[in-house]
Amino acid sequence: TLGNKMATGQQWVLVEMVQAFYEAPAYHLILEGILILWIVRLLFSKTYKLQERSDLTEKEKEELIEEWQPEPLVPPISKDHPALNNNIVSGPPTHNIVVNGRKCINFASFNFLGLLDNERVKNVALASLKKYGVGTCGPRGFYGTFDVHLELEDRIAKFMRTEEAIIYSYGFATIASAIPAYSKRGDLVFVDEAACFAIQKGLQASRSNIKYFKHNDVEDLERLLKEQQLEDQKNPRKARVTRRFLVVEGLYMNTGYICPLPELVKLKYKYKVRIFLEESLSFGVLGEHGRGVTEHFGVNINDIDLISANMENALASIGGFCCGRSFVIDHQRLSGQGYCFSASLPPMLASAAIEALNIMEDNPDIFRVLRQKCQRIHCALQGISGLKVVGDSFCPAIHLVLARSRGLRENDVKLLQEIVDYCMKQGIALTQAHYLDKEEKALPLPSVRVVTTIKLTEEELDKAAALIKKAAECILH
Amino acid sequence: MESKLAPNGDIYSTVNGFMEKAHSEGKVAARKNGFVKPAFAQNGKILHVAQNGGLYKKPFNQSFEETPMLVAVLTYMGYGILTLFGYLRDFLREWKIEKCHHATEREEQKDFVPLYQDFENFYTRNLYMRIRDSWNRPICSVPGAKFDVMERVSHDYNWTFKFTGTVIKDVLNMGSYNYLGFAESQGFCANAATKATIQYGVGVCSTRQEIGNLDKHEELEKLVARFLGVEAAMAFGMGFATNSMNIPALVGKGCLILSDELNHASLVLGARLSGATIRVFKHNNMQSLDKLLKDAIVHGQPRTRRPWKKILIVVEGIYSMEGSIVRLPEIVALKKKYKAYLYLDEAHSIGALGPSGRGVVEYFDLSPEDVDVMMGTFTKSFGAAGGYIGGKKELVDYLRSHSHSTVYATSMSAPIAEQIIASMKCIMGEDGTTLGQTRVQQLAANTRYFRRRLKEMGFIIYGNDDSPVVPLMLYMPAKIGAFGREMLKRNVGVVVVGFPATPIIESRARFCVSAAHTREMLDTALKVIGEVGDLLQLKYSRHKLDPLLDCPFDETLNEENKD
Repeated sequence: TLGNKMATGQQWVLVEMVQAFYEAPAYHLILEGILILWIVRLLFSKTYKLQERSDLTEKEKEELIEEWQPEPLVPPISKDHPALNNNIVSGPPTHNIVVNGRKCINFASFNFLGLLDNERVKNVALASLKKYGVGTCGPRGFYGTFDVHLELEDRIAKFMRTEEAIIYSYGFATIASAIPAYSKRGDLVFVDEAACFAIQKGLQASRSNIKYFKHNDVEDLERLLKEQQLEDQKNPRKARVTRRFLVVEGLYMNTGYICPLPELVKLKYKYKVRIFLEESLSFGVLGEHGRGVTEHFGVNINDIDLISANMENALASIGGFCCGRSFVIDHQRLSGQGYCFSASLPPMLASAAIEALNIMEDNPDIFRVLRQKCQRIHCALQGISGLKVVGDSFCPAIHLVLARSRGLRENDVKLLQEIVDYCMKQGIALTQAHYLDKEEKALPLPSVRVVTTIKLTEEELDKAAALIKKAAECILH
Repeated sequence: MESKLAPNGDIYSTVNGFMEKAHSEGKVAARKNGFVKPAFAQNGKILHVAQNGGLYKKPFNQSFEETPMLVAVLTYMGYGILTLFGYLRDFLREWKIEKCHHATEREEQKDFVPLYQDFENFYTRNLYMRIRDSWNRPICSVPGAKFDVMERVSHDYNWTFKFTGTVIKDVLNMGSYNYLGFAESQGFCANAATKATIQYGVGVCSTRQEIGNLDKHEELEKLVARFLGVEAAMAFGMGFATNSMNIPALVGKGCLILSDELNHASLVLGARLSGATIRVFKHNNMQSLDKLLKDAIVHGQPRTRRPWKKILIVVEGIYSMEGSIVRLPEIVALKKKYKAYLYLDEAHSIGALGPSGRGVVEYFDLSPEDVDVMMGTFTKSFGAAGGYIGGKKELVDYLRSHSHSTVYATSMSAPIAEQIIASMKCIMGEDGTTLGQTRVQQLAANTRYFRRRLKEMGFIIYGNDDSPVVPLMLYMPAKIGAFGREMLKRNVGVVVVGFPATPIIESRARFCVSAAHTREMLDTALKVIGEVGDLLQLKYSRHKLDPLLDCPFDETLNEENKD
């Protein structure tokens, strides 16, 4: 009965509507009709584009096209640009290196542990070459995963005492792919302003909001974190979904200083930011077993969310790795661009890295020796008039900068190059640290980089320091 | 031949009367490959291309058969069911009814902002995980014509794998990008690489600009320049990074990049890092590109209305998921008309196309000077690793000083460089043999044979008749895993791809033909594919091939006749 009533009620409404339609004046109906048609038109019309509303005729357009002159694809560069006259190294870039036909002692390659021409490494690489050939002919997903890749990942994870490791085929691409795998648009990244170029590119690719703090300045970082905390209180809903990261280097490539990791870890828990640590210079260098900054400071490695390093320095192979907890690392297997979309690491290079790890594990003493040698040259280079040493005493790649700038950067570069050339002539191979001046976030001062390896004898270290001192005296005064 | 289109005088306003997407209904979204509204669509027959305008010197057959309606509907339904079950299982996991396998956040960090958004991983957890065994299969031998796959099992629905210890020997390799068969552990190239390892070791430990510029690199670059027929070339340690670290050196703010919608991730990343404005044109669609170019020059930069500083067109030679070849002659014509620059990524085409393996430029009989930036990789045809950029001397000089890679990245390992030198010399015949040339011809013949046979069997095959990348359409999500597994059961290793690498309903298997494949191997593969195709009902094609029309200009046949 109730149903019936409702049904009749509805019927009544319908009848009324039809009646109203008949009774309405014609102009009213026409107006409504036009309105409906307009809505339909709006719904189906193409998206409104500013460009298409141009009143240019075809002819005018053609004239515009005719007129347009693009800039050249690349600006011309002068013939004496240093990059066009790179040093040519004949033969292996090992302890004894032949640069531009001159025999030198190598103070420039990042071959910290001298593994580049290690016979054990070479033999393993050769055996691997014999088994697998050179290339992998595919990315990891498509038959580019070899048993040696899995072994290397396993070994690195064990060596670093983390759950999982992932390898990349190019050192630069490692951190540059890892950062954008986690940090997305709208997320927040706190970065040391001296961070290396690979980190800068990773940040740029992530399109996150980036906050730079002063180099190794924990107070400045905390100031930024506090500011953010206030910001978060204003907008708690946004704060709940904004991931925060802190990206630092173990030993800074650009300055040679170590990061204050224990304090950073404290801040991590206080402000709930995740730490990404780039250890390309410190892996295989710092710590009793060469595990890097975490071991150096005795920080629990699980407190660091992600550690990345390349295998191109201490391990003297090619490629890079990230390690940490599986919860974090595994994500890169589908989201790390340089991992998914690139051919995997040639197996012989992976085998070489495994053998290098073996050597590191067999001879934990080398890290102590390296440290002593670093300290020796660091000490010997002190007090050279005109030059200032930048970098910690245990850093294997320290910088010599001019104590007094000559004004223009290019003048400084020229002076330093004279020092490099002077030393090169005397059989000490050095190089300036190279940067892309216009691309760097905070361009480091021009510097001569002095790299220490365990192959260097004490005499050689002293000789180099004495030579640099002499060069500085000749050139800077 | 009814499909011949009348010549059209204006080469820019149409796509040269070329018809790519053959289909039966005569209506289709103009989504892919410069599809022109067909005037001559007919039922059940592939329309062969006609040519016009004189830009193409030989037939350019590229087909993308339309997805059958029923298949599309079933595919969507498949995803629907998967999604429903995904939600159900997520619900069960939430209530701890189903065991949760994935790694979890540390207890100490539970109060941090979650590292992943939950819905991000829905696809991985509930769809990808079901068929994860079809990817990342570890191998333990040379990735040559055959390889050894390590057998693995999963006891927890693919969350973790365990190796059984057995090795599946001599699996026919239809997945590696080993186009010219230079993935070898012995012979000329491997010997050369061995020598280089003994002499140089594997690492370099410095950058090109500092002290990692080996004589080997200089030798390699001179050879690459000679091979490509360009003034100068530069080599980089990683193919991906060649794109992502050099495009930013070429263009920047105030410049425009016109990028094909199916360009590789590395090109997209490079474009994004450059800071230039990016506009995307439809895949291989010249009308779309023409319009973008015209609009760009006429209207200039948005808002400021200043003219663009420069326009860079970025395309690939062979598209690795579609198997299509770029319409280079038309692009070169457009680029010249509008004074744009052209960046050509020959990752898959160098070595694999052209009568002497010089890539897509040679394939179309164009001059390397028509392309401003010739980029390619050494990973595929040369069986090594890394990439190159070739072009005018000014370009390469500029990159030497401004490429991110030369300043910040460790330079290429010497044995890798040596492998490239040896294989390239082999292709060029500078090793004193014709082995390289034979391989190039073998690849072309293999490609045509394999594609033709697959089409005859009734599969839907995408792409160009000359492309060694051969996508076979699977469509339904369940068939992705099934195809990969069934093929491996029959000792053939194939690559299967689904969303997000392809559009959601266009899952496919992809074969890469190699010069190392013998006719017998291809026949074995074809037989097995046919078997699995019947089992999984993959023979979707509704077009009958007319054998006479299929290979009107088979170059390899001509070659043989001459001999």
